[in-house]
Amino acid sequence: MSTKSSEEILSANQNPRITWEGCSVLLDINDGDRVLFARLTAGSKVKIGNKNCSLQPLIGCPFGSSFQVEVGEEGPFLSRVVPSTEGNNLGEKMDCQNMEECRDNRTLVDNNTAQSLTSEDIDDMRRKGATGDEIVEALIANSSTFEKKTAFSQEKYRIKKQKKYAPGVLLRRPFARRIVHASLAELQPSHSETSTSIDQLEDACDKESSPASDLVNMEESSNVNLETVSNLAASPKTNKSIKAGEKAPLEAIKSWKENGFSSLIIAAPDLDAWSIVKELVPLLSYSAPFVIYHQYLQPLATCMHNLQTEKMAIDMQISEPWLREYQVLPSRTHPHMQMSSSGGYLLSGIRITAIDQPQPN
Amino acid sequence: MLPIDPTKKLSFNRCIMYGDLVIVYERYDSMKPVKVSENGVLQNRFGVFKHSNWIGKQFGSKVFSSKGGFIYLLAPTPELWTLVLSHRTQILYIADISFVVMYLEIVPGCVVLESGTGSGSLTTSLARAVAPNGHVYTFDFHEQRAASAREDFERTGLSSLVTVGVRDIQGEGFPDEFLGRADSVFLDLPQPWLAIPSVAKMLQQDGVLCAFSPCIEQVQKSCETLKTYFTDIRTFEVLLHTYEVREGNLGSWQDSDGCLGTLKSCKKRHRSTNGLENSSPQTILARRNSEARGHTGYLTFARLKCDM
Repeated sequence: MSTKSSEEILSANQNPRITWEGCSVLLDINDGDRVLFARLTAGSKVKIGNKNCSLQPLIGCPFGSSFQVEVGEEGPFLSRVVPSTEGNNLGEKMDCQNMEECRDNRTLVDNNTAQSLTSEDIDDMRRKGATGDEIVEALIANSSTFEKKTAFSQEKYRIKKQKKYAPGVLLRRPFARRIVHASLAELQPSHSETSTSIDQLEDACDKESSPASDLVNMEESSNVNLETVSNLAASPKTNKSIKAGEKAPLEAIKSWKENGFSSLIIAAPDLDAWSIVKELVPLLSYSAPFVIYHQYLQPLATCMHNLQTEKMAIDMQISEPWLREYQVLPSRTHPHMQMSSSGGYLLSGIRITAIDQPQPN
Repeated sequence: MLPIDPTKKLSFNRCIMYGDLVIVYERYDSMKPVKVSENGVLQNRFGVFKHSNWIGKQFGSKVFSSKGGFIYLLAPTPELWTLVLSHRTQILYIADISFVVMYLEIVPGCVVLESGTGSGSLTTSLARAVAPNGHVYTFDFHEQRAASAREDFERTGLSSLVTVGVRDIQGEGFPDEFLGRADSVFLDLPQPWLAIPSVAKMLQQDGVLCAFSPCIEQVQKSCETLKTYFTDIRTFEVLLHTYEVREGNLGSWQDSDGCLGTLKSCKKRHRSTNGLENSSPQTILARRNSEARGHTGYLTFARLKCDM
């Protein structure tokens, strides 16, 4: 996603949807359990569970491909998983069954004796070179309750065991949305849920960073994930961006002063919104929109009130988006049980001219 | 609407000229699009406004009518356009639009397919996201609606980024010229599952699809069809709460002299207050608006399976 890399693509006439040595990727581990950045080099490694795996096998693979941790003679390695039609068959099987599903959990007794394989047995299988999938199958075969489960909870059981014994890695392109979630997860582990406020902010960033525009990133906090900031700042969308931490050239500053900025995005969770807004909103050109994110409502309410009193902006609104994810399955569709209930608040508005008197025509 | 033309790069900073599209802001929740013309006149409850008086003023200016009423003249943006466009169909609003553009990973240079075009609310934001060198191909089976949309894109200056086609995507699928070319696809159709096999052919590998459906039964059917070609199938709903803010003076129970400390009684106290004792400070109060859009539609996203 960096400018340099996109030049590399152009020069080598490479397909940007296939990874190359040295490119930055996002690794989605176990279906969103963990998302992290990585640079694909011959020497780079990633730790999955308690195993260190080389990222070498990921080079030259299309984005979107999946890998599984296997253990070979030279230790653990990542092996490409070719998508099979198994998932679909299972889905169809479930479709047919679920309507007349007659199994239920009336005979299920939770006394920890359902699984007859011990952890020693599993270790033994591993030593003999069994793959993760084989272990999962063995666990299913040795579970006395598996057959009594509904098709849906069988699937749940399988996924749970697969995550543990055959962890998967999904190779993703580092797009803004995914970067945000990866870095959010790093910054605040409890907020790894998708957050719409952040999406809207990021979307605003995307909109403003068309190739003809400057993206100025003011960073006051020092503990922010710098990699994220530089990744965003160096995205191919912004060919004139000022890198985080670098001083803007005088020429650029002069142009900003004369013309004003065409939009403003503030996300400074530890600062008082009004104290920044009153300094930065006057730098906007008239009619330019702004968005201020805060995790608390009150600072934005005060800020909105002050902007109104000072007649600095119109069309103001404080909104709180709520992103609700749904489980969609035949006859089993409902909102997710666990979700983030608020990603924070947004104050948006449009800057207006200061002149407030009828002018003689 | 977009700074595509480098000479007009700083469009917000430009002064209003004849031929410009301005968004007239009358008051909160009351805006309308106006093309500035030589003998044009805008008449509303705030008076009579001559377009000729607007020439040379900056976007964002407040202008007055002869009787002292005022309006603001704003530069058009996709966000404002969504609020003022003429509704020929149900439209997508800003919260859904932001999420869709973000999730579909649309960046400058992308090729995006859309059906139906409807009133062009989402299309306008898609066009901005792919600018300056990408393109949005949007299809509607309603000939007149497609024509009106084309006129709108002409008006908003987006016609170089958007092509409107007349085609029944559910019945015929997307045209073959887009085979394997689309970065992302957006469907807002009554039976999206009929178009999904065609979408799978149009998308580049790892490309993303979004289907918008108001009803859960539609989502159910779409998801069943998606399983054959797509992975990472996820369905969301975006709800938006808005807040109202006011300045108030909540009476203190101790100060109330037996009267109830309501917002009303503060006024009385306010008048008589000279001493510090009685003057409780003004507070900024915020509460959720009681009216909200309870539901717009479900957004189902999916990523084309990677079978290379």
